[in-house]
Amino acid sequence: MTAAPTTAPAALRIEGLRKSFGPTEIIRGVDLSIEAGERHAIIGPNGAGKSTLFNLVTGRYAPSAGSVFLNGQEISGLPPFRINRMGLSRSFQITNIFPRMTVFENVRCSLLWARGYRYSFWHMVGRSRELTEATEEILAQINLTARRDLPAGVLSYAEQRALEIGITMAGGASVIMLDEPTAGMSHSETDHIVELIRRVTEGRTLVMVEHDMGVVFGLADRISVLVYGEIIATGSPEEVRANPKVQEAYLGTTLEAG
Amino acid sequence: MELVLVNLIDGLVTGLLLFMLSAGLTLIFSMMGVLNFAHASFYMLGAYFAYQISVYMGFWMGLLIAPPLVGVLGALVERYGLRKVHQYGHVPELIFTFGLALLIEEVVQFVWGRDTMPYDIPEILRFTAFSISGYAIPAYKIFMIFTSVAIFVVLLWVLTRTRVGMIIQAALSHPQTVEALGHNVPLVFMGVFGVGTALAGVAGVIAGPVLSTFPGMAVVLGSIVFVTIVIGGLGSLWGALVASLLIGWLTTFAKAYNIRAADILTSLGLTPPANVEESIWRDIWTVTSPQIADILPYILMVLILVFRPHGLFGKRDA
Amino acid sequence: MSEIARIPGRNAGLTPGMVLPWALAALFLAVMPLIFASNSAITIMNQMAITIIFALAYNMLLGQGGMLSFGHAIFMGMGGFMSVHIMNWVERYELPLPLPLLPVFGGLSGLALAIVVGSFSTRKAGTVFAMISLGVGELVAASSVIIVAFFGGEEGVSGDRTYGLPFFGIEFLRQIEVYYLTAAWLLISALLMYLWSRTPLGRMANAVRDNPERAEFVGYSARWVRFHSFCASGFFAGIAGGLFAINYEIVTEENLNLAQSGAILLITFLGGAGFFFGPIIGAVLFTLLQTVLSLHTDIWQLYLGALFVMTVMYFPGGLAGVLMMHVVPARLGRLHMLVMPYLRTLLPAAIGIAGLAGVLEIIFHRRNMATGDEEMTLFWITFDSTSPWPLAIALGVAAIGIWIARRTAPALREAWEAANRIDLPPSSEGRP
Repeated sequence: MTAAPTTAPAALRIEGLRKSFGPTEIIRGVDLSIEAGERHAIIGPNGAGKSTLFNLVTGRYAPSAGSVFLNGQEISGLPPFRINRMGLSRSFQITNIFPRMTVFENVRCSLLWARGYRYSFWHMVGRSRELTEATEEILAQINLTARRDLPAGVLSYAEQRALEIGITMAGGASVIMLDEPTAGMSHSETDHIVELIRRVTEGRTLVMVEHDMGVVFGLADRISVLVYGEIIATGSPEEVRANPKVQEAYLGTTLEAG
Repeated sequence: MELVLVNLIDGLVTGLLLFMLSAGLTLIFSMMGVLNFAHASFYMLGAYFAYQISVYMGFWMGLLIAPPLVGVLGALVERYGLRKVHQYGHVPELIFTFGLALLIEEVVQFVWGRDTMPYDIPEILRFTAFSISGYAIPAYKIFMIFTSVAIFVVLLWVLTRTRVGMIIQAALSHPQTVEALGHNVPLVFMGVFGVGTALAGVAGVIAGPVLSTFPGMAVVLGSIVFVTIVIGGLGSLWGALVASLLIGWLTTFAKAYNIRAADILTSLGLTPPANVEESIWRDIWTVTSPQIADILPYILMVLILVFRPHGLFGKRDA
Repeated sequence: MSEIARIPGRNAGLTPGMVLPWALAALFLAVMPLIFASNSAITIMNQMAITIIFALAYNMLLGQGGMLSFGHAIFMGMGGFMSVHIMNWVERYELPLPLPLLPVFGGLSGLALAIVVGSFSTRKAGTVFAMISLGVGELVAASSVIIVAFFGGEEGVSGDRTYGLPFFGIEFLRQIEVYYLTAAWLLISALLMYLWSRTPLGRMANAVRDNPERAEFVGYSARWVRFHSFCASGFFAGIAGGLFAINYEIVTEENLNLAQSGAILLITFLGGAGFFFGPIIGAVLFTLLQTVLSLHTDIWQLYLGALFVMTVMYFPGGLAGVLMMHVVPARLGRLHMLVMPYLRTLLPAAIGIAGLAGVLEIIFHRRNMATGDEEMTLFWITFDSTSPWPLAIALGVAAIGIWIARRTAPALREAWEAANRIDLPPSSEGRP
């Protein structure tokens, strides 16, 4: 599956990506190809550069070298809003929502560009039934319909995480990148979120950074292991688990699924 | 050539005075992310306090007592005002200090009235230090230069040689890390705010006698100080120094040399309109450099922002 | 799905709830000059209307866009200067421009200036934006004294609004005619600004205010969104300037200097930047304070400054925020629980503050009176300001009032919490 050339370009292809902060090189030449429709997890010990890799791909940082291609088009060096418009959306490790706006507004704002409203000041957002219905549908999917008129800043942590995922997937991006979606959640909350992620990424490409191995092995089709800014292994969960280099990096303990 | 030297000295005095304000402002901004809009108001308070003290105890006691007094007031403002507003974010903080500037001006008017105070140069400094081909350089100017340089040497020593200085230095480049230092940070904030406002107070004490002590003196200098730190780059002490001196010399030289716009425009190959007095461009043609000296810093700021958005030495955003 | 089925009726079409406030406002504006018919009252109302437009325009930046400007008066001033010039040109060259359309050109000049300034100032919000606005504001204000051909130097530029042909028989000679013109523009501008806040761009202005980075990751350039808000705000500020020119027929440097910019920040913040109607309250209140309070005391700006600082510290939502805090108790039907605690705290507090003001007034009078003019009148009482008794009494009143208010404050807080307590949290259902 990995090496087979496909007619359609990979959903996300990373080539020779490097990033230095001052003298320190955090990402040291990453190559990765993720097929459309794949659920791909990136794991690795703390400080391996997982979040940095995410920030490079999504345009938060500019790479020092290398390229990123989204559906065959180069996106490296573009500002985040351009990358988003080309069909890539992400969530953040630290909850990143619009705290003073209502939950409903949070979701609706994330729909606007994708629905073609752009910088319009001649449409009334409240007048569009289609927009309202799409927003309601997403609210229902993330189970926040009952919270729709509350300011997002007063939601519980788990609710804010769900909203974050709602904002991320609202625009209909074909590639969804989630940065530690279950961080800081209780066991039952994690189960909810995993179910939610599975549901909303149906038919899309998912790339996620995750520490919870239960979540990783439950969700991912393929896994890449990032250690010290390099990918040391990529493959199916079974292949990765059996890989001796990975076991060495993880000291053989944490990779037990469950 | 001699005139150049005279202007260099004059510009240095203005520049150092500006730096005394912009240094404190930069320190406070770097540490706390707060741009103290009322900074020039503390400068004004320095002048008024010093005047009031000088009435009873003479100029030198004023120089000694007024700055710490202003500093304590500044620390109190930080402790009981700013810290309360801090939770709402940086924009309300800025609005708070803006309101404080209004309030201080009104209080000063209430206590001392609207007139200029008879705050004067001390007797002992009322002589000519030396002359440069007929241009007298008053001793007070030399005194101002030495005072401000002495203060900067002390400041530099504190910043580079003491433990508190190390913390502040660290905050200049890595504010988050210092924030993570824990419980002593509020105290450091209060201290830095106190020291910053005290510096402004010193500037007020020594500038009051020459720039005159009146309720509008904060407004006159206030916006120039902000422009200075924007030009220098928010959060950069060296930037503040360079920008202060640059503005000091720029305005001094523009005032001293009567450069006419007409000369520049004709040298660029433009011909003046037939009847300059009637033309709608008459102001462009008749303007002279002393007229625009005071707005040169603002023009410089706009140019810097267009071509170098982070300022001369700035690295990080607000 | 039942949720979704409920929604269309809620969002589509014009509902009475949307039209009614505006119809009432129009009626209110139409009736006001019949109640307050004196020329001075109408002048104050015109002043209010202009200030409201300016404050609403300012709040497009501060409240909706999260941009704090210290130099916004330049856009209103530019609108004013251009309008006076156009007035004069129309008169000189007999151009067919009816007076009621003049504010459009004021708006366009504000817009033009905003496009230029916004092109470099909207790159960042927060402190950087604030500083740039201050610098540019100072630059324009200072240039206005130098570029005499356009700004008229110290004495400004004046015009004559009764130029040209009557508009449907109205020549705008009378104050009341100008009032209706101003009121009409107030209604139009306020409605347009309100509608703006409901457009995709208006919504995204809020989003960028809350979290510019997140906005970029849902496809919007934060800078471009800010730029649009900035331009729209400049346009409406320019309209206010045009109306100012029509009302006073003279525009000077004072209309665009930093004091004016500071005043509009103060007005907007006092009224409450978080709600659309906040700046309206602020503008009405400020104009009243300015005209009424300044008649009675010389130190009204001291009170205003203190009020402003207190508002920033304790009520960052402004007056509108305080009003809206009562929505929850009102919905719960518990407002009555607050009446007595309010009286017990706020009445002594008001008396205490009045005592404090008395102290300040007496001291001020003592220091600034002409010799032999010891007599002063305060709160309808006339006394000798140099005698120690009035000062002592005022101090006593202040101390007692504030002491009682502090004693009763905990009870008020308790009552407040009781009135806001939601007994059954509706949060148990619908957790993700």
